[in-house]
Amino acid sequence: MTETSGARENERRRVVVTGMGVVAPNGCGLERYTEALRGGVSGIRHFPLLEELKFGCTVGGIPEGVDEISERYFPPDELLAMNSSHRFGCIAAIDAWTDAGLERPDPADDRVYWEAGAIIGTGIGGLDTAGEKLIPFVNAGRTRRLGSTMVEQVMGSGASARVAGLLSLGNQVTSNSSACSTGTEAIIEGCQRIRAGLAERMLCGGTEGSSHYTWAGFDAMRVLCRAFNDEPEKASRPMSASAGGFVPGSGAGILHIESLESAQARGARIYAEVVGGAINCGGHRSGGSMTAPNAEGVQRCIRDAVADAAIDPDEIDAISGHLTATGADPKEIGSWAKGLERSPETFPVITSTKSMIGHALGAAGALESVACVLMLRDGYVHPSLNCEDVHPEIESYAGSIPHVTREMPELNTMIKAGFGFGDVNTCAIFRRWSD
Amino acid sequence: MTRDEIFAKVIEIVKPFVKNQDALTAVSEDTNILEDLKVNSARLVDIILNFEDEFDIEVEDEDADAVNTVGDAVALIQEKLS
Repeated sequence: MTETSGARENERRRVVVTGMGVVAPNGCGLERYTEALRGGVSGIRHFPLLEELKFGCTVGGIPEGVDEISERYFPPDELLAMNSSHRFGCIAAIDAWTDAGLERPDPADDRVYWEAGAIIGTGIGGLDTAGEKLIPFVNAGRTRRLGSTMVEQVMGSGASARVAGLLSLGNQVTSNSSACSTGTEAIIEGCQRIRAGLAERMLCGGTEGSSHYTWAGFDAMRVLCRAFNDEPEKASRPMSASAGGFVPGSGAGILHIESLESAQARGARIYAEVVGGAINCGGHRSGGSMTAPNAEGVQRCIRDAVADAAIDPDEIDAISGHLTATGADPKEIGSWAKGLERSPETFPVITSTKSMIGHALGAAGALESVACVLMLRDGYVHPSLNCEDVHPEIESYAGSIPHVTREMPELNTMIKAGFGFGDVNTCAIFRRWSD
Repeated sequence: MTRDEIFAKVIEIVKPFVKNQDALTAVSEDTNILEDLKVNSARLVDIILNFEDEFDIEVEDEDADAVNTVGDAVALIQEKLS
């Protein structure tokens, strides 16, 4: 594997990140997100509706101020056909596009950007539309009254399709779905498409709407945190001895990735390079299942990403873990140690963005990849909140976990993982850009 | 309700769906909803539903299909109300 990747490396097109957009529970827009990450600001809040509906977990992460941004960004007729997942995804996509130095196209201009596409995934999708309108109307015999916007709001590709129209995209436009691996997977899929010479620029990432219908199934599985409903900001506790489940989140993260040639030809500002990645599945074997990872699959994914990047595993400076705050966290640390051939003494810094924003499911990997790129740009690793009581099984790794922002001016290479139901895994490796 | 009142309400209902907002300044009964105002054809369904709610009427699919201009909509609503 290493050898073939190495051979390919010479002729392979390089892919760089030239724009980003983010709609997160602790801040919309890169500036506010950066502030929140650096400051260790939690976006987790208590929601009375969840209590009313007798959820075990009554806290979650929902981006704030989205209605106001939506009214500025979208024409009223399109807004009527956009559920929360679409709004988050489209805001992040437009921001990523303009952040990349591109003009938002005039709807009356027939120019299509044939070289630019989108892979914007979702884990669950438009359940707010289904729960609030589609199902109650149909059950009441009012199908005729649904209006014209149901299909586009519940179809799996709804968000990417909407983005295509807003930005006049002409390359591949699709939505991937691999549960909580979705957002990271989209970035690697897009990267591979650009490497293959099939596209010059891709908007890649994930979006997940905020809906109690989305969160309900996880609550029923008893995988959500129930012990910190009165202290929302303490509820998301990855790597902690007192972690008792994840906190559901929502939002969107989009990266505008681009061939190096295209970026240089445009004179675009480059944040970072996507140096490598890998996607696999553990086959639901050796302890893997619909809901649990096969550790061998995870470790292979890590190793394959490193091989794809044609780097030495020692070059990894920091890890942005999947780390959701369930019993899987200590096992994940073990897989990182094996995959990167590190001991507790040489283990890289490791952090969980979910400690601040909760688990945004299909958007998680994308929101967290945006965080990685921002940290590489600015030279720090944000704190992993609420794990002062490090889980006893990973006590020996405690020194690698920042409880406050760790300044790392030399931070050069970060690896990001996303693992999902279905035993699916994605790893992405980002490297700071220096001209 | 006078024809002018119906016309004003129809414009209010159609307005959020109009892509060519400039065309609204010179809107008349002859204005074509799809061609002149550049309303997405799929959204006619939503406009008809909003007519039903606003005027408390029921519009059959065949009647809806015959609505091309603002005047067609006004005439249809006026007929349903009488």
